[in-house]
Amino acid sequence: MSIAVLPYTVKPHPVTGVYSGKLGTWLFLASEVMLFGALFSAYVLLRVGAPAAGPAAWPSHEEAGLSWKIGGFNTLVLIVSSVTMVLAWASLKMNDFAKGKMYMGITVALALLFVIVKLFFEYIPKFQAHHTPSHNNFFALYFTMTGLHALHIIGGVIVISYFMFPGSSLWKKDPEYYTNRIECTGLYWHFVDLVWIFLFPVLYLM
Amino acid sequence: MGDAHMDISKHVKSYYRVFAALAVLTVVTVLVAQWHFSDAGNVIVALLIAAFKASLVAAIFMHLKWEKAPSIWWVLGICAIFFLALVMLPVLSTNDLPPQAQHGMWDVGPQVGGGH
Repeated sequence: MSIAVLPYTVKPHPVTGVYSGKLGTWLFLASEVMLFGALFSAYVLLRVGAPAAGPAAWPSHEEAGLSWKIGGFNTLVLIVSSVTMVLAWASLKMNDFAKGKMYMGITVALALLFVIVKLFFEYIPKFQAHHTPSHNNFFALYFTMTGLHALHIIGGVIVISYFMFPGSSLWKKDPEYYTNRIECTGLYWHFVDLVWIFLFPVLYLM
Repeated sequence: MGDAHMDISKHVKSYYRVFAALAVLTVVTVLVAQWHFSDAGNVIVALLIAAFKASLVAAIFMHLKWEKAPSIWWVLGICAIFFLALVMLPVLSTNDLPPQAQHGMWDVGPQVGGGH
């Protein structure tokens, strides 16, 4: 029985001009733009539609208990993780697997730091203050947008960890294919960073 | 291989430069938010800085600066059109806001809230 081999994992497809994984990743990211775009659109609609005063009024940052210091710290954490992710790809391109793996490890550590800060300095104190998603429109959107983003972070951690350990055997068999898979993972990771670049000012500063 | 090595080394230098720019722009975003231009002004400045940061990430980290494949640009172009339509929905529905709503599309400054 022959094993099916995926075509165009390294060489560009003659029609699209890129290897298939890259085009697939960009198509996926386009769908992600629409997903997060819909949430940003809902945020603007609900915010400008909120009454100017009363219990349903849009809370200020102080009332919502959102600290720009925590949000800013997490922004810097994600920016550094984006750099380490792209350095992982660059190291693999230069045939340095050990360095590439080290950068991937740093990326995972920074991603976990982001989630820990989010959980222990933001989510848990808010739940203790009874600021749950059902509290008002602001918290419904805050938890939906940041929660969905955090799920993307966790998804990224799973994928990068896979390539660091069980998936790393591909490096020995086909280093170019492995490097391309890391490039696609990196595209996803930078998109997650890019979403946070907008979430930070929208939720913590405006 | 040697040439590819050289190219990647050049890329790595640009990654560090973009990192520095993103870190500085994050600090600028926070500093600018402390300054009250106007309700609309604060929103526009914050979003312009965020858009510039996002374009740096897309161009350098996501390699779009060096991307020549038309298929990827087609995907991005179509995505941009639909994204613009999506973000225009709140603007188009401004006249449908309830009467007790805030005073306008751009009245979303930092002072908005319970103390209003």
